[in-house]
Amino acid sequence: MIKRFIALALVVAVGSVFATLLFGYTPDADLNLTARYYAERTAADLGAANIVTAIVVTYRGLDTLGEVTVLFLSASIVGLVLAKGTHAPHRTPVPVGELLTTGTRFLVPLILLLGVYVFVNGHLTPGGGFQGGAIIASGILLLLLADPLKHFSHSLISAIESLAGIFYVMIGLAGLFLAGGFLDNRILPLGTLGNLASAGAIPLIYSLIGLKVGAEFASILAALSETEEL
Amino acid sequence: MAHLAMATGFLLILIGAWGALTNRNLLRMIVAFTIADTGVNLVIIAVGYMRGRTAPIIDGAVSAADAVTRIIDPVPQALVLTAIVIGVGVTALMLAYTYRLFEKKRSLDIRDYTDLKG
Amino acid sequence: MIYLLPALSGLLCFTMLVAAVVAIGGRSMSIAILAAGLVSLVASVLFLILASPDVAMTEAAIGSGLTTFLLFFVLGRVRAGEHDGEQP
Repeated sequence: MIKRFIALALVVAVGSVFATLLFGYTPDADLNLTARYYAERTAADLGAANIVTAIVVTYRGLDTLGEVTVLFLSASIVGLVLAKGTHAPHRTPVPVGELLTTGTRFLVPLILLLGVYVFVNGHLTPGGGFQGGAIIASGILLLLLADPLKHFSHSLISAIESLAGIFYVMIGLAGLFLAGGFLDNRILPLGTLGNLASAGAIPLIYSLIGLKVGAEFASILAALSETEEL
Repeated sequence: MAHLAMATGFLLILIGAWGALTNRNLLRMIVAFTIADTGVNLVIIAVGYMRGRTAPIIDGAVSAADAVTRIIDPVPQALVLTAIVIGVGVTALMLAYTYRLFEKKRSLDIRDYTDLKG
Repeated sequence: MIYLLPALSGLLCFTMLVAAVVAIGGRSMSIAILAAGLVSLVASVLFLILASPDVAMTEAAIGSGLTTFLLFFVLGRVRAGEHDGEQP
């Protein structure tokens, strides 16, 4: 009971801090300095229509590289924690319905296509590598659901993951030598605003991020699905 | 509307913190963490929102020239994009450890894990 | 028309709070996980109203899709060994 009281006191204390923040908050009427810079310069400097994508991929590209590294680490730790040594778990096949297997055969190519569409158009429309990667991972998830005994090739997943990572860093280094700095997208021509082949290297980098994120989520799902029922 | 979303976000953080502190089931604590996560994201997005402006995408509706007066702050959105992806990574990590702990002691009750208590 | 969006977001906020309380306090674990997924899903609609379509897509695909699935997956694995069923 005393623990519950301490928890309540803590929540009330944090809540009063939040209340002060909330009542003292007045929305800005104008963009602040950083946001104004991004709003004014993105279209001219980088040629990307989606400013959020421009920030994620180019202005703060190093942060995104760190982010996919964190995701990679967490996927590897999940694999490490759930690893079962050498012996393969013996599982009895679970019958799945005809509807699910047929539906999977129809839907998985479409889902993968949607994922690719989302990350290739990341610089024009809402969406991008992370969303597209998650959509691709959901296609893999459907495959796992339709055939729980399917053994995913870990070497294929990790090959896609590491190749995407290597190319991502190499494009970043090319920016260092050919353009203004690490992960600068102006190593390729900027094109006209709004075209698919525009914004320099942004579609390329975001596609690599999409592949990498999709492979990382897929490896988390595969590691979880290979656990035994307790 | 920004105030409403911000208040909801703060309340979600508090509900999540309360749930993580008082529940003893490991899975329930993870659920509480994901709710607090959503609350934090909501607060950050609400800070970036401005009344009467639109999404930071340049297209037929917003030209590059008048973007400064028409779009909302894009920086919080980029931050939250990162936060959501890292959030699911952390959740997956917590779930993997929960699975391992359950395998060890066949219990999800946090009171059964007292090995590190002095 | 001018009151439509504020009214809708008020409704969404209320739904989120109720779902969050259910997720924390409800008795059944599966309903708690579903309620947490509902919080994420409604949050993604609210992000769309707050003019952040990028975040809305991410939240819908990752926050409410993948997280809910991961939680259900581990719940299924854990419950198979748990003979007394639901956790209190």
